[in-house]
Amino acid sequence: MEITLQVNGKARTVDVDPRISLLDLLRERLGLIGAKKGCDHGQCGACTVLLDGRRALSCLALAVAVEGRAVTTVEGLASGDDLHPLQAAFIEHDAFQCGYCTPGQLCSAAGMLDEPGPSAVTEDLRTDPGLTPDEIRERMSGNLCRCGAYVNIVSAISEVAR
Amino acid sequence: MKTFDYARADSAAEAVRDHAPGTMYLGGGTNLVDLMRLGVAEPDRLVDVSRLPLDRIEQAGDRVRIGATVRNSDLAADPGIRARYPMLARAVLTGASGQVRNVATVAGNLLQRTRCAYFQDVTRPCNKRRPGSGCPAIAGDHTNLAIMGASEACVATHPSDMAVALTALGAEVHVTGTGGDRVIPMPGLHRLPGDEPERDTVLEPGELIVAVELPPPPPGAMVYRKVRERASFAFALVSIAAALDVGADGTVAGCRIALGGLAHVPWRAERAEQALLGGPATGEAFLRAAEAELEQASPLPRNAYKVPLTRNLIVSTLEGLAS
Ligand SMILES: Cc1cc2nc3c(=O)[nH]c(=O)nc-3n(C[C@H](O)[C@H](O)[C@H](O)COP(=O)(O)OP(=O)(O)OC[C@H]3O[C@@H](n4cnc5c(N)ncnc54)[C@H](O)[C@@H]3O)c2cc1C
Ligand code: SF4
Ligand code: FES
Ligand code: FES
Repeated sequence: MEITLQVNGKARTVDVDPRISLLDLLRERLGLIGAKKGCDHGQCGACTVLLDGRRALSCLALAVAVEGRAVTTVEGLASGDDLHPLQAAFIEHDAFQCGYCTPGQLCSAAGMLDEPGPSAVTEDLRTDPGLTPDEIRERMSGNLCRCGAYVNIVSAISEVAR
Repeated sequence: MKTFDYARADSAAEAVRDHAPGTMYLGGGTNLVDLMRLGVAEPDRLVDVSRLPLDRIEQAGDRVRIGATVRNSDLAADPGIRARYPMLARAVLTGASGQVRNVATVAGNLLQRTRCAYFQDVTRPCNKRRPGSGCPAIAGDHTNLAIMGASEACVATHPSDMAVALTALGAEVHVTGTGGDRVIPMPGLHRLPGDEPERDTVLEPGELIVAVELPPPPPGAMVYRKVRERASFAFALVSIAAALDVGADGTVAGCRIALGGLAHVPWRAERAEQALLGGPATGEAFLRAAEAELEQASPLPRNAYKVPLTRNLIVSTLEGLAS
């Protein structure tokens, strides 16, 4: 099937098998290897991208089902040579070791900062809580880090959330 | 993954018309794509219903109509749901992760399949996946499986958090199919396994969920609590959606209790509710009500822990609501 999607601001038209995931399309067909395959089952967050600005798992999305939509991968976060504030903060706070989870952490955090409403740890669901470390930890719980860089990831995100 | 045809429906009527044996509807795909990759689901054809114009939350008189394709995250962020049905917002927020909730639909959440490890492993027998092949969970690992309403054929649990809150709230599921439209009250969408564990729900082949309707919220305070093995991003061992209305005289004027993680269905705790109505709102009464409900439990060796866990969860949740 021929589909067109916007990838990091550029229209890309590709002929795909309906079985291919968005993750495999990005990595194997479009040469964008930023999004990582950690589990391929929705359990680790390494493949997180933004779909129409909202964070989503590219391993659980069929490429055909995201036809026409805007995909932002970690490669599309920076503007030219200017790092995204989250990327700069991750470097400054030493928020990674091996870096395998980092593209997913960055895309997830970028989407999370724009998400309205409470989280599971918000006491009063009618309020929009500030992004305290507890709120950030809960909201980022879909992104695992085998290196355990969580403490620095939370401080990097906190700096940008402020 | 087995190959399949893909089509996107523009209307509910078109989706239903497009459905034939071997067809499955695709919502956000967060469960179905995974099951296809595992070889557990092998549709010939996917009809993508995720872009149907059913993505609105609307007030209809004193009821709230939630479209079938409303994303889980949009449901939980809706100001009206947060203010009037906090147990539902909380239940949704405790499920999965931000990334999954952004994509998962209300209908897909209700129809997600069990997380029983044998069901997901095509190299093992499983009556739900391959009827008549046996249930290895009963003699094997059933640590997280059912203690209520199970059968000799299957001891799976339904994994949805949202469905537990919808059961306590008495929501209605609106469905359309070749046989016309119908309304299925919760509980009632999901079924106990009996000797047909391959059927999770009462839906007929090709029936499409179009909306979920909420009656006005029950009076009193309400809450959703979930017990799990880690603090976030894990399925429930046991969960509870409860509402409690204590009258001026200190007796229970109304109460709703639904339990998750215990059965093939989100479990409405009717015996506990009956035991509480009109009686005192005390810890002792709460304990008696929990015990009345759990008399029906028939745990297996490795999930007997769920009995005291559920009892204590019911009591402490009701105590929290009463104070
Ligand atoms: C890592 C992980 C952790 C999770 N943790 C939790 C958790 O803690 N709690 C929880 O509740 N859930 C959890 N989930 C499950 C998640 O909530 C479901 O995958 C999601 O809600 C399914 O919605 P969907 O729209 O993606 O459904 P899909 O995967 O698209 O579909 C699911 C089923 O519904 C059918 N379907 C879809 N739409 C319709 C319709 N309109 N009418 C009829 N049939 C339809 C499909 O044919 C399919 O059988 C988790 C998922 C993952 C991947
Ligand atoms: S409990 Fe049900 S789903 Fe699990 S192996 Fe047995 S039959 Fe299959
Ligand atoms: S690779 Fe997608 S969540 Fe792990
Ligand atoms: S930095 Fe290595 S997995 Fe996170």
